[in-house]
Amino acid sequence: MVSTQPILSATGLTMEFRGFVAVKDVTLSVNEGTIHALIGPNGAGKTTVFNLLTKFLTPTRGQISFRGNDITGLKPAEVARLGLVRSFQISAVFPHLTVLDNVRVALQRPKNLATQFWLPFSSLSVLDDRALELIDAVNLSAYAHLTASELSYGRKRALEIATTLALDPAMLLLDEPMAGMGHEDIGRIADLIRRVAKNRTVLMVEHNLNVVADLCDRVTVLARGEILSDGSYATVSADPRVREAYMGTEHE
Amino acid sequence: MAVGTQYLAEQQPKLSTTSLVLGAIAIAALIAAPFFFYPVFLMSILCFALFACAFNLLIGYVGLLSFGHAAFFGGAAYYTAHAVKVWGLEPLTGILFGAAGAAAMGLIIGFIAIRRQGIYFAMITLALSQMFAFICLQVPFTHGEDGIQGVPRGHLLGIIDLNQPLSMYYVTLAIFLFGVFAVWRIVNSPFGNILKAIRENERRAVSLGYRVDRYKLGAFVMSAALAGLAGGTKAIVFQFATLTDVQWQMSGEVILMTLLGGIGTMIGPIVGAGLVIALQNYLASSQFPVTVLIGIIFVICVLLFRRGIVGEILELMKRKPKGNV
Repeated sequence: MVSTQPILSATGLTMEFRGFVAVKDVTLSVNEGTIHALIGPNGAGKTTVFNLLTKFLTPTRGQISFRGNDITGLKPAEVARLGLVRSFQISAVFPHLTVLDNVRVALQRPKNLATQFWLPFSSLSVLDDRALELIDAVNLSAYAHLTASELSYGRKRALEIATTLALDPAMLLLDEPMAGMGHEDIGRIADLIRRVAKNRTVLMVEHNLNVVADLCDRVTVLARGEILSDGSYATVSADPRVREAYMGTEHE
Repeated sequence: MAVGTQYLAEQQPKLSTTSLVLGAIAIAALIAAPFFFYPVFLMSILCFALFACAFNLLIGYVGLLSFGHAAFFGGAAYYTAHAVKVWGLEPLTGILFGAAGAAAMGLIIGFIAIRRQGIYFAMITLALSQMFAFICLQVPFTHGEDGIQGVPRGHLLGIIDLNQPLSMYYVTLAIFLFGVFAVWRIVNSPFGNILKAIRENERRAVSLGYRVDRYKLGAFVMSAALAGLAGGTKAIVFQFATLTDVQWQMSGEVILMTLLGGIGTMIGPIVGAGLVIALQNYLASSQFPVTVLIGIIFVICVLLFRRGIVGEILELMKRKPKGNV
């Protein structure tokens, strides 16, 4: 399953904000079919790297390629269309739409049912089977007709993943998928990620190191915008520089 | 699951029996109305109500506050008036020509403004519409301060004599109903679902691969075209087109109508337009300055009922215990 072919690679990524260097010369490659974690202390630039990879930010320098194509100059929507789809740190659902509609929004574009302003709303029901299947996959079937804002935090995250999976992306970027979750929810989402990663690549930012140790094939450690260490969890956790970077912060 | 089913009924934009019955009663009332009220007054309400509905399509369902919609309303009035008076176009064709002109303007103004958000979007639309108002003052075909006067109503499709007040009224009503239906259809369509998603969470829509600017521009052009439909119809009804309709006060007025009735509700803008026009009409003969009263109403509306009249009523009707599952 685990291949050594990189699906996403970034070379010399640098992001400067008015003189402040948030990300400095980051070179990263994610192999196809793996679950890859990006960890680091607060303020290390993990989310900035995510924003750069998905083109929500344009790097000051550096180059990004996805499945062999240079995507450095593309817009975020184009990157998503190529199959590199992200989630957000704060849960990204459409709060006043129903759970079903949230997933249907994602299905509408690939099924070419997004621009028809003359068709009745009921024409979207052709998407229902697939949408309910995805909702079922994240155990939300019982809530399909509730508005998303009524869901608990953990279920909102699950909904977000169902929505992302609706695009059937080759690669998922999950920004702290378990942030703010209870123990039970963490286990559920970890199972879900493991399941969806069977035929996809996942890059995730995560603070919970137990989850990272358990779930991820490879770990990249970022500190102060630079890559500190890269390798298996065992390798990086033994790295003295990593221990130093985490010293005095929230972990150990 | 009981809660879920109940919610389904509220969320799905299917027409319930109640709203169908209410709609039928409203249409019957509109058909009977000219026998009880002065038709020109009613037509004025219908034109402004359609204008407000078109404006609401943008603010209520895409979340874009345009402060320059007068350019589309008043611009179309000029185009229609010129086409009918000078070129001798048939009135309905003239109105459609006005709407098409407004749509073209919407494409240009929207293309420029859509790149900015919030207050910047509003300011750019205001600036561009003020520029257009200045052009209207300067170019010869609008006749400057005089406006285009004496536009003939003519015969609809060469058959129906629009100089008959009742015929004119029913044609206006038909155009109004078509426009409101168009807004309803756009909002409750696959396209409308994406618009709502963009309004709810734009970044998420982008991350799902939507080129949100195109959707916003599409909605902007549709809103401009419908505002133009209202403006063109008004030019035929009142038989003139003047600077009043392109100036920023008109943009402000349509915001007030929509806010007063209820942003993001289907009938709110209609109710709001009806109230404002009725007030203006009623106070026109009195000494009381209309603008002062309108200003007071605006303040009260913002302070006490932000959802607008219809919005507050709907909220009261669907209030139910809230809780997360």
